[in-house]
Amino acid sequence: MRIEGKGLVEGRTPISFTFDGTRYQGFEGDTLASALLANGVRMVGRSFKYHRPRGVMTAGSEEPNALVTLGFGAAQEPNMRATTVELREGLWARSQNRWPTLGFDLLAVNDLAAPFLGAGFYYKTFMWPRRFWERVYEPLIRRAAGLGALSGAPDEDRYERAFAHCDLLVIGAGPTGLMAALSAAKAGADVILADEDVAPGGRLLAETIEVDGISGAAWAREMAAELAALPNVRVMTRTAITGAYDQGTYAALETRADALARRPGAACGTFWRIVARRSILAAGALERPIAFANNDRPGVMMAGAVRAYLNRWGVAPGQSVVVFGNNDSAHRTAADLDEAGVHVAALVDSRHYATCDLDVPFYPGAEVCDTQGRRALESVTIRSAKGEERLRADCLAVSGGWNPSVHLACHMNPRPVWNADLLAFLPPENALPGMVAAGAAAGDFSTRACLQGGARAGQEAARDLGFKGGELAVPMAEDAPCDIFPLWQVPGRGRAWLDFQNDVTVKDVQQAAHENFRSVEHMKRYTTQGMAPDQGKNSNVAALAVLADATGRGIPETGTTTFRPPYVPVPIAAIGAGGSGKGFAPERLTPSHDETRQRGAPMIEAGLWYRPGYFPRDKETHWRQSCDREVNMVRGAVGVCDVTTLGKIDVQGPDAGAFLDFVYTNMMSTLAVGRVRYGLMLREDGHVMDDGTCARLGAQHYLLTTTTAAAGQVMRHLEFVHQALRPDLDVRLASVTEAWAQFAVAGPKSRELVNGLLDAPVGDATFPYMACGAVRLGGINARLFRISFSGEHAYEIAVPARYGAALFSELVARAEAMDGGAYGMEALNVLRIEKGFITHAEIHGRTTAFDIGMQRMISAKKDCIGKAAAARPGLVEEGREQLVALKPVGAVKELLAGAHLFNAGDPATSAHDQGYVTSTCFSPTLGHVIGLGFLKAGRARIGERVRMVDHLRGSDTLCEVLDPIQFDKDGGRLRG
Amino acid sequence: MVDLKPKTPCAGLVPLRVGPLSLLEDAPGHMTAIAPYLGQDAALSEALKAAHGMAAPGVGRMSGTRGARALWFGQRMILLIGPAPDAGLVKFAALSDQSDGWAVLRLEGQGAGDVLARMTPLDLRPTQFKRGHTARSDCAHMPASITRLGEDAFQIMVFRSMAATLVHELKIAMGRVVALQ
Repeated sequence: MRIEGKGLVEGRTPISFTFDGTRYQGFEGDTLASALLANGVRMVGRSFKYHRPRGVMTAGSEEPNALVTLGFGAAQEPNMRATTVELREGLWARSQNRWPTLGFDLLAVNDLAAPFLGAGFYYKTFMWPRRFWERVYEPLIRRAAGLGALSGAPDEDRYERAFAHCDLLVIGAGPTGLMAALSAAKAGADVILADEDVAPGGRLLAETIEVDGISGAAWAREMAAELAALPNVRVMTRTAITGAYDQGTYAALETRADALARRPGAACGTFWRIVARRSILAAGALERPIAFANNDRPGVMMAGAVRAYLNRWGVAPGQSVVVFGNNDSAHRTAADLDEAGVHVAALVDSRHYATCDLDVPFYPGAEVCDTQGRRALESVTIRSAKGEERLRADCLAVSGGWNPSVHLACHMNPRPVWNADLLAFLPPENALPGMVAAGAAAGDFSTRACLQGGARAGQEAARDLGFKGGELAVPMAEDAPCDIFPLWQVPGRGRAWLDFQNDVTVKDVQQAAHENFRSVEHMKRYTTQGMAPDQGKNSNVAALAVLADATGRGIPETGTTTFRPPYVPVPIAAIGAGGSGKGFAPERLTPSHDETRQRGAPMIEAGLWYRPGYFPRDKETHWRQSCDREVNMVRGAVGVCDVTTLGKIDVQGPDAGAFLDFVYTNMMSTLAVGRVRYGLMLREDGHVMDDGTCARLGAQHYLLTTTTAAAGQVMRHLEFVHQALRPDLDVRLASVTEAWAQFAVAGPKSRELVNGLLDAPVGDATFPYMACGAVRLGGINARLFRISFSGEHAYEIAVPARYGAALFSELVARAEAMDGGAYGMEALNVLRIEKGFITHAEIHGRTTAFDIGMQRMISAKKDCIGKAAAARPGLVEEGREQLVALKPVGAVKELLAGAHLFNAGDPATSAHDQGYVTSTCFSPTLGHVIGLGFLKAGRARIGERVRMVDHLRGSDTLCEVLDPIQFDKDGGRLRG
Repeated sequence: MVDLKPKTPCAGLVPLRVGPLSLLEDAPGHMTAIAPYLGQDAALSEALKAAHGMAAPGVGRMSGTRGARALWFGQRMILLIGPAPDAGLVKFAALSDQSDGWAVLRLEGQGAGDVLARMTPLDLRPTQFKRGHTARSDCAHMPASITRLGEDAFQIMVFRSMAATLVHELKIAMGRVVALQ
């Protein structure tokens, strides 16, 4: 019901919206909750476990009851708090956790079974038979209990991520935050002022309090305007600070007003990482309920929330209101309601000494002990010294005191400190480096104290950062002392709710204590108190007070559970914004990418790089046809392959040779200028890290190549060795991978193809196997390497990357004219397996130079990284798994990478494991399947037969053990 | 003689214009990574000044003027942008040609800083990251070099192979920022 003349939404644009299929009207500036209350909708949801009718309880993000689902389809958003959902034209909301309808919910039978559904009921009840848990009980419970559901479709909401930096982050824009931000900003600090509400003001928007002689809301508006005009202040509304992390980093979720979010290209929300040198926690306080029988009916609300709906939105949540509390918040609510002409049926104050000069029925020293009503509150039972009395009421406003919002101060683990005068937990001193709490969050509950505390905190933070000034005159405002008398629960029959969202009652907590779950953390897990989307914002303190009582301890000894981020629910879509699909990782594209795609080649990901699998031609319907043709092409004519992706590292300087001797197992300082050598690098632990080539381009200039996958790792390793182990060596490193486009030209006709392009042709005498040097090609400075990964006479030709696309097209066109063409990763793999060349399938991190048969490459003449560790007896035992080739010799002709090897007579169990297969292919050259693998004492077992068994894919193949090099063992073709 | 046509890293991807923001490719003539040898930092700076008119930049700084700039490019490494390096520099430093290794983009216009705030964790506030300040950092998960060229103008460099991803990410972020303007 709207009250004429009240609220800040009066005169605004009307908006129509739908809740559970019914159309309603509200105003711009309404929340879904205020609009529903204005329309007299009191039941908005069903509770988690018992499916009890529930209504709006609060006016903020702590709302435990009024959870709704917004929207349809992929963008469906469950568990949105109606109290923070901004009303917008066409808003479409649904209640949750009810079937078939909110009014008639079949699962409400759970409420009748309540005596059996207490704390830990499923731990006790569904233990037997054990296998039923996963298949029967859990799905059943999950269906019956729970809140909203996701759509199951990928979320298409367009969230984004961003970073912000400031000197001072002020968390909360109430009177404290506004003063803090202005004072620090005036001193010159860069300030971010963040608040989850749509406008600055905090409680001032919800109260009739005056500041500086004007209404609190008007004062807040003026302050906000003044701040917005300052260049060093950023006011972020609709922005909840959700977590505090190391080194002054804060997470924040900004939601966007609908009109902005709908603009083309706009994001619907931003997940911020804010880095601040200092922060002020001005997050205010949350009013807490009191536990009494049936305190969960729709119509039972927080006293402060009733004021908020009345003063901010002009809505009276009821026509006859009972107000109940143990502090002055109840009196303030009664006064505001009375002033607005709403009938106050009773003001019930548990403080026996309380007085009241309002013209309302006043019950000092009394308590509300029960409520009645079917789908909503109808009457309230009051117990006083005179006995029990029942009063008609459709709204009960409750205040059990205020809990300072200490959450962020405790995100790095410190626990809040109990203050017995305020009956509240306060943020501990120095809880978070650089953070101070001020205002209600620090236990200052009067407006004047908040204004003062904010101004002081802002000025001190600025001063601490080296700024001067920032003194502000603190405006006048009410300065009432905090007067509160402990009241956590009202004794009586019937269930008294503590955690409304998770349906946890006083009895559940007592039961937990009775069953010896006495630690607050155990109680939480046993009862699920504090676990729902509200994370116990409403219930934690009262629940632990009940636990303290049940265990005979004090509240400070009982303590709180751990506060963890996020402060409010954050969609995973916001945290992972931009990371779905290809946004997950950058793509690295080769110079030949466009031409490769035009030729229809499917891509294989190698690290971040995209490389062609094969180049299909007409009439080829299976990848093997293309692959076999490409292998035959290289063996018989010439093939071209983009190898730009291999890492290239410039190593230069007077000590370059000495440096390389230290990182490679073999000697590089003796390499002649114009020559290339194969090299092996070990890790410190003696296992192989990477292999590649090392070309000496000049007296002080080496160029290393690495494998595609390990390029970054090798660069990092070399930098570490240089900076940390050998800073004495005068050597400099630079990655030049991207500067050069490089192509392998392989096959008997490779020289003919290369010479067709070079300005000056090369021959065996001038350019033998393992030669390298500068060449010119179409007037461009290029580099030529006579190296081979295929076993054929081959070159790699490098040009500045800008010419890469053109050169690839040219090379392929010329190769095709010579019965050759482009080849992809599949053929490249076959060619190298035939030759027994290794990749990271073999040097996978657990193999040594000994294992791959390269132990002689560890030079005896010098030390190198990993040499000592590689010499450990266990790493050079003859019984180790050693690199061999395999071919099928039985009826089954299949070899599978990842399969394990067993002796022919042994059972295929891990106890009899003899090794494993790393790489396999069909070799068109040899006419059968071959594979590489590691076999115990393999080098001594050439010619033996072993079983390859793949338990996962159900394959069992009899194999012959072969020498790893199956093609051109003497290397005649390389040199040819 | 074969005639190979050159292609810039961002060919076909830019220029892009979204509202007041534009994304352009800069194609400097030469880029050379210059890494001084032990104890040669000062001598290199002198040689740079003599040959190209700018001293070696300090950490996180850029020296020189348009057409010939020296950019701090990492631990004891400078990127000379514009001119071909003077042959005499090899006495003091290791030189690696990077002319083709990096995509060089310029993001300009009102809100350029807001766009970058969606890409990189760097503190780009004008008071902290002034004209001529440069940093190596992460840009949408890519290793990048970011330099402020003006009030609303930044140079962003990533590996050549990542140019398409960078332009794609920047285009989305530009749209996001312009939508809020």
